[in-house]
Amino acid sequence: MTEQRHGPVDDTRFPGLHRRGFLAAAGGVAASGALALAGCAGPGASDGSADGGGRPRRGGTLRAAFAGGGASETLDPHLTNLFADAARAKALFDKLADYGADLAAAPRLAASWEPNAGLDRWTVTLRKAAFHNGKPVTARDVLHSYRRIADPKQAFRAKASLEPIDLKASRARDARTVEFVLKRPTAEFPNILAAFGAYIVPEGAQDFDRNPVGSGPFRFVSFTPGRSAVFRRNDDYWDGPPHLDRLEILVANEESARVNSLLGGQVEYAHELTPTTARAHEGRGQIEIVRLPHSAMQAFAMKTDRAPFDDKRVREAFFLIADRKELVDGALSGAGEIGNDLFGKGYEYYADGLRQREPDLDRARHLLKKAGADGLRVTLDTSAVAAGFTEAASIFRDQAAKAGVHLKVRTGSKDSYWQDTLDSGTLCCYRSGAMPIESHFSQRLLSASTTNATKWRHKDFDALYRQAQSTRNKADRAAVFGRMQRRLYTEGGFLVWGFADWILGTARTVRGVAHKAPANTLDWARFDKVWLA
Amino acid sequence: MTALWSWPARRLLLGAGQTAAVVLLVFALTEALPGDAAVALAGDQPDPGRIAALREALHLDRPAHERLAAWAAGLLHGDLGRSLTSGRPVSSLLADGFAPTLLLAALTLALLIPAAVGLGVLAARHEGRLADRVISALTLGVYAVPEFALGVLLVALFALRLGWLPPTAVGYGDDLLAHPAALVLPVLVLLSRPVCSLARLIRAGMTDALASPYVAHARRCAIPGSRIRYAHALPNALAPAAQQLARTVDWLLCGVIVVEALFVIPGLGTVLMNAVAERDVPVIQGLALVFGVTAVLLNLGADLVTHRFAPRAAVAA
Repeated sequence: MTEQRHGPVDDTRFPGLHRRGFLAAAGGVAASGALALAGCAGPGASDGSADGGGRPRRGGTLRAAFAGGGASETLDPHLTNLFADAARAKALFDKLADYGADLAAAPRLAASWEPNAGLDRWTVTLRKAAFHNGKPVTARDVLHSYRRIADPKQAFRAKASLEPIDLKASRARDARTVEFVLKRPTAEFPNILAAFGAYIVPEGAQDFDRNPVGSGPFRFVSFTPGRSAVFRRNDDYWDGPPHLDRLEILVANEESARVNSLLGGQVEYAHELTPTTARAHEGRGQIEIVRLPHSAMQAFAMKTDRAPFDDKRVREAFFLIADRKELVDGALSGAGEIGNDLFGKGYEYYADGLRQREPDLDRARHLLKKAGADGLRVTLDTSAVAAGFTEAASIFRDQAAKAGVHLKVRTGSKDSYWQDTLDSGTLCCYRSGAMPIESHFSQRLLSASTTNATKWRHKDFDALYRQAQSTRNKADRAAVFGRMQRRLYTEGGFLVWGFADWILGTARTVRGVAHKAPANTLDWARFDKVWLA
Repeated sequence: MTALWSWPARRLLLGAGQTAAVVLLVFALTEALPGDAAVALAGDQPDPGRIAALREALHLDRPAHERLAAWAAGLLHGDLGRSLTSGRPVSSLLADGFAPTLLLAALTLALLIPAAVGLGVLAARHEGRLADRVISALTLGVYAVPEFALGVLLVALFALRLGWLPPTAVGYGDDLLAHPAALVLPVLVLLSRPVCSLARLIRAGMTDALASPYVAHARRCAIPGSRIRYAHALPNALAPAAQQLARTVDWLLCGVIVVEALFVIPGLGTVLMNAVAERDVPVIQGLALVFGVTAVLLNLGADLVTHRFAPRAAVAA
């Protein structure tokens, strides 16, 4: 049963996409800067070495438990959807770039990148790296990978991220130089190279589930969908070989099963724990709890194109109704930070100079009255699709009642929640995983954005985005992003009330786990830097 | 004799009809659920263009009756179709899930029958006395504990506190038999309620039979007590127990979702959970078919057993 792949998953059909697409965008945790973590032992590590982690020790097997996607899981990195997929993909494959703790793109397989004066042509130089079969990673492999992702017959998740690239016109200048031709100026082009799922695979078809060949820190040993994936150290890894001999990614969908297997010594790393579990075990010495901050934005999305939220006074009133501290304490069990109606706290370009909003019910009532909306009744859509959603909805209902707003909470199906709330309803619970602030804008806040949940469509806002992407100087670009955020802070559709921590548990012997990396960033689930003391 | 044979044949025919009805119903209900596989796949990125592309690639843009007809046509050739989300044959997904399920069911049954019969007979033999009261109280008490609570309790005690047994079977999915210790707790949880219900049924059947006129007559004929108990009374008690046993086996084979989730055993229950969440209609259909056929065969088997043990079942039991 070890590699029970029946029926090769052929490219032309529709290989295994997974359900629960949320994770990529959704659950993200915080990234920890690549550098920051290398030696960071968990607090309370008992080995007492002065630097907290001691010298990395080579050897051993690390078993990590993740929630998974069942029998339809695949190792095709372009189908990455769940956290477990991402963890497996980053063990076997590399991207050209990846996100640091502040979601700024850092070079990986790309050694450097250089734009032309118009910012619409980028030359990317690859570092010297080899696939597991010994063949070098070349510009042709890069173009092959991106063209596969962009294949119109497929529906790969990263396709939308690669949209700015004109792949027909892009070319390999030599073995290690790719010239990307873009459809328009894109100053934040490196973000695209780091996009979720944009992994580099060798040219030519391959059977990803039986014998995946990547350039990543681990080589393939075995894979059983929905159960386990076993990898071993790639001694020739360009970024230095991993410390571990072997890595096993195991699937346990129930949180209680992940905790129990960690406590019982069956795994050394358990992903995605609840705040309750964390509190029960934090500081007890049995396991280490790691909280990755700034991981998942928590918000209410107001549809700005329809009543009552087409009136910006109503939106501001809602901003003032929210008691963020109470929401974080109640819906997230305190495992997070309060938000200020902007995405991306702690990330590059985040406008942290804006005053923190506090509840002000008098002003909220006054604004509603001016808008002719006293006695307002609104339906708030929620669902058990994400941790804390239903709790947040009922807490906010009570807060709104104090301002004379009657919120009716409507609980929908979790399997179709995101689609159900994209175009219908007026107010819904929302959350997002880590991504650069620029990506948040382009995916959700431009007239042409395909997942614009707040229906925020403003020509001048679009123009500012284009201006930022055409601005070469970083400080000038930051100023434009700052203007865009001030606008959203004043009258946007996202009431961002918090940022949830992402919680992991590890055995006490595990060292080198990043403590600041939101999920889906480079150092999250980065097992090549982990060792067993 | 012909009557005896035509009865199972009629039952089988009826069963086929029932299974078809179940499959149809499940298909209709799945279609009625909000969202489809494309929506489930798109998750929190419900880009309408991507959902449309997914629908096309998955052939979900065809009308429901066409998809059902195509699936039924494949079924006539023994083809259960392919999973929407992975493109793999449904039959192989079912086979993978069936192995752990079958193992758990077989182990549970192997312990269930002797334990339940033993307890039931013991209680019946000592009717009204201490052994009977202890057994009756215990079986009633354990029966009242939901399996989830019992599982959590057993894990906390035997795995986490005492450290005698592994808390889960995580990572053992491919070869559960190589880790027998990991199977102890799940089998205990699975056993707990069926043992109680079955033992109580057998005790009741035995005490009824032992109080019946024919047993009194047998006693008058000086037939030894053990022969009366095991050759005359017990078969009568087994008739209702066989029906209960069939339901238990049905439950064991058709997905013990809670136990599988709690102990990370990737059986049919897990396949079902994932397939429903993914709206993977062909897999759900395949499971409905398997579950329907299992239920029909088990009930037929139980009825045959009842006939064999107590031909006058309608009168004596």
